[in-house]
Amino acid sequence: MTYVSLLSPVVCVCVSHFVLIGRTSAFLLLHQARAERFFRSDHTNNWAVLVCTSRFWFNYRHVANTLSVYRSVKRLGIPDSHIVLMLADDMACNHRNPKPATVFSHKNMELNVYGDDVEVDYRGYEVTVENFLRVLTGRLPPSTPRSKRLLSDDHSNILIYLTGHGGNGFLKFQDSEEISNVELADAFEQMWQKRRYNELLFIIDTCQGASMYERFYSPNLMALASSQVGEDSLSHQPDLAIGVHLMDRYTFYLLEFLEDIHPASQANMNDLFKVCPKSQCVSTPGHRTDLFQRDPGSVLITDFFGSVRKVEITMETINLTVPGIPLERFGGEPHTETALAYVDQLPVAQIIHQKPKQKDWHPPDGFILGLWTLILLVFFRTYGIKHLKHIF
Amino acid sequence: MFQDRMGLLSDPNRRRALTNLLTRLNTPICVLCYLAGVAWFMGLAFEPFTLRTYMSENAMGSTMVEERFPAGERALVTAREFGAHKRKSGAMPVDWLVKTMQSRGLEVYTQSFSRRLPFPDENKERYMVRGTNVYGILRAPRAPRTEALVLSAPCSPDNSNNQAVGLLLGLAQYFRSQIYWAKDIIFLVNEHDLIGMQAWLEAYHHTNITGMDWAPLHGRGGSIQAALSLELSSDVVTSLDLVLEGLNGQLPNLDLANLFYTFCQKQDILCTIQEKLQRSDWDSVSGYSQAVQTMALMVLKQASGRPWGDHGLFLRYHIESATIRGINSFRQYKTDTTTVGRLLEGMFRKLNNLLERLHQSYFFYLLPSLSRFVSIGYYMPAFGFLAVILLLRALDLWVQLGALPSVTEDGVGVTDQSSSPSLVSILTPVVISHLTGAALYTLPVLSQELAVQHFPVSETEAVVLTAIAIYTAGLALPHNTHRFMLAEGTEQGWRVLKLVAVLYLAVLLSCTALINFSLGFILALTLVPVAAFVTPHVPKVLSAVVMVLLAPGCTLLYCVFAFQELQEAPVSLIDGWMLFLSVISQGMLDHALYGSLVYPLLALFIYPCWLILWNILFWK
Repeated sequence: MTYVSLLSPVVCVCVSHFVLIGRTSAFLLLHQARAERFFRSDHTNNWAVLVCTSRFWFNYRHVANTLSVYRSVKRLGIPDSHIVLMLADDMACNHRNPKPATVFSHKNMELNVYGDDVEVDYRGYEVTVENFLRVLTGRLPPSTPRSKRLLSDDHSNILIYLTGHGGNGFLKFQDSEEISNVELADAFEQMWQKRRYNELLFIIDTCQGASMYERFYSPNLMALASSQVGEDSLSHQPDLAIGVHLMDRYTFYLLEFLEDIHPASQANMNDLFKVCPKSQCVSTPGHRTDLFQRDPGSVLITDFFGSVRKVEITMETINLTVPGIPLERFGGEPHTETALAYVDQLPVAQIIHQKPKQKDWHPPDGFILGLWTLILLVFFRTYGIKHLKHIF
Repeated sequence: MFQDRMGLLSDPNRRRALTNLLTRLNTPICVLCYLAGVAWFMGLAFEPFTLRTYMSENAMGSTMVEERFPAGERALVTAREFGAHKRKSGAMPVDWLVKTMQSRGLEVYTQSFSRRLPFPDENKERYMVRGTNVYGILRAPRAPRTEALVLSAPCSPDNSNNQAVGLLLGLAQYFRSQIYWAKDIIFLVNEHDLIGMQAWLEAYHHTNITGMDWAPLHGRGGSIQAALSLELSSDVVTSLDLVLEGLNGQLPNLDLANLFYTFCQKQDILCTIQEKLQRSDWDSVSGYSQAVQTMALMVLKQASGRPWGDHGLFLRYHIESATIRGINSFRQYKTDTTTVGRLLEGMFRKLNNLLERLHQSYFFYLLPSLSRFVSIGYYMPAFGFLAVILLLRALDLWVQLGALPSVTEDGVGVTDQSSSPSLVSILTPVVISHLTGAALYTLPVLSQELAVQHFPVSETEAVVLTAIAIYTAGLALPHNTHRFMLAEGTEQGWRVLKLVAVLYLAVLLSCTALINFSLGFILALTLVPVAAFVTPHVPKVLSAVVMVLLAPGCTLLYCVFAFQELQEAPVSLIDGWMLFLSVISQGMLDHALYGSLVYPLLALFIYPCWLILWNILFWK
């Protein structure tokens, strides 16, 4: 019988047992290689948070940026329920739009990224720094609908895409507030401590975007930016019929790159780093991989941009009632699972004052002793030796 | 040793040294400052000292728009129809306009107004004005009715500006078929140019400043963000002239001029300001003199305080507006109506993108050419130098007044009396001068009936000649006011009066320069030397002649001649005099009809100030 099983840790382990207790060693090695490829990444679901932070008609291109990434991500398999799309202004229905209900990303209106099935979760004035941070950290009021929540767990790979107007160390939201790189780094640390992500890819397309990922300190973060500190990200092309710039350069070439990716594509992150070199982008895109555990060359694009269901077809039955064969069969230490626990939010022992540590008593320094003696002698010398006799 | 520790100004020795320095160097410094002020002003037009114009408003972006207006020829046909109907009806063809605008899909309304001028206007030949404004509103298809843009064309009684109305109607039809309008567009055809425009604006904003009689508006758009007035009298144009100066010398935001200039460059139309072409050879003498002439024309137009196009009245309501005038001269390259229509379409599409009123660029500037500007920070020091002269003179007088009682110049017997001049002897010339000023302001218009009865002149001439008569009568005042003086004037007396006069003039000119730099500067150019040098001790006849030549009235005469010279249409003396008389009458009419402040300022404040100085000259 043939089973098509959904990805789950238990079944994975059982299947791996099944694979690895094969009869011939060649069979073992082949399946081992396949298994390694199979378990290259240990994420089980994908999420995307796509944010456009600027409003007003002349910031049309930021909405077009976000919508084109949304379109790619949806095409590669992430469903709307796993995408949190935040658009700060409604360009499609803006009074100045000569083609209402459309947002174009190519001039001559080749590609309408608005489409007819777009689902915007945070719209207009709801796109604020507070809402963005609440989405990331999960601290939302109970009345928030599910479509506005980032319901990720510790096996989720999250793609976060930000675009708008930015500067050295900040990103402007809605013309009235800004988020700093320190806040963002702390938000990601909160996510890590609450085990809200497995791996996170952070892409930002703003002026001086590299400053936004400088302060990250949580593990499993990879970041890309469209320009370095001190550089401006430039827009790509204006459309004369609409009268505004349609896209930013980095996202335009990113979109071109993503259009070639399909769900079974084996392109990895090193290809993504090569998107939009300085000759095309005028600014220098940057990336940061030091916090990321795996080698970027082994990370597939679809690990973040797509939602790939891993499927293993077996020809043999698996007995799920019998406990699995212990792992000592193929050497190595028994991998004792230590129980995972959350980090103490309130480390009580450190907060409540404990008995102070006993410091060793040192006799007073010779120098200080001598100094005091000198002072006393001078005192008695000045005011007469007769006082001394009162002491001795 | 104790004295060494005193401050600079409280140490009497040092103070005396300072004041001596001040007294000795006063005249040379004053002369230097005057020359510096004039030189600074002349240097403003020198190209390396000016800045290139640039678009400041981010929302408007560059000329990133595709203009597709196709119907220039049809607009000309409409213009001919309009002209024919206008000739037939003699006045504005209201019914035809209403029908045409309605057929183009606009919401059409009319407004009637009437006004009786204080005295007949001989330039435009009107006295009792009655008219109708017709306007159509193009509602924005998807936007709320909160903001509006205005395109207006005047309905002139003779055969001019027909093409402007035709193009306006053609643009209305084209704009109606577009869906990207975020603001309502109001297409206005106003009768009797400025009077009709004033009536419409007053009714739109529910104000009644000038006492006109108008019917309320039945239809209204939102708050007006920008307005363009179009004057086009020929089928083809060789250049487009931009007129910016408005009422009381107010100017629209420089971004509007920048917008016009960038679109002219995009459509490859020749554009001018003050009807002077731009030159690229700024380092040659002729290039520099062209820039100076352009700037001087702008200064003279701004100083006159009258609106130089129909747009001038919008500025009072903080609506940025400009007039675009088509000029057809003898040049080979002609632009047709379609291109002019495309220029207007591009400008309106960019104004449509605005989210707030134009405020990013300068409100106070001078333009030596369309691509270069001088901002207030650069041109104000020119006036500052002239104002400093008055302050230096005031300091000098203060020092002299402080030093005077210790020097017994007068006889022993009157030392007690002359130690402080009586308040009455100071106030008398001031009050009498201001009364004369008030008479100059009110009497000409009030007494026109009387004058017409007794003299064979028309009402306008009566008014103007009465004004000149009162002005000249003021010259005889010093000989007559002495009768009212209780005591003889003293050395101290005239000094105190001059101190008062100089400080008063300084305050007046500074306040004027803040609102209308050109007016303040031109008045300062002639009045500051007068205020500086006049004392009872200068040679009387010579200084009397000089003072009369530098009086406000003669300043106006020189300005008229200079204006004609700069416009390359010099006039003879007789024609210049007639022009001068008409300028006086226009000034009074502007004040009565639109609220221009130049005539009251000159009559009620500047002229009395000059009279006080005249009194000082003849002080006994």
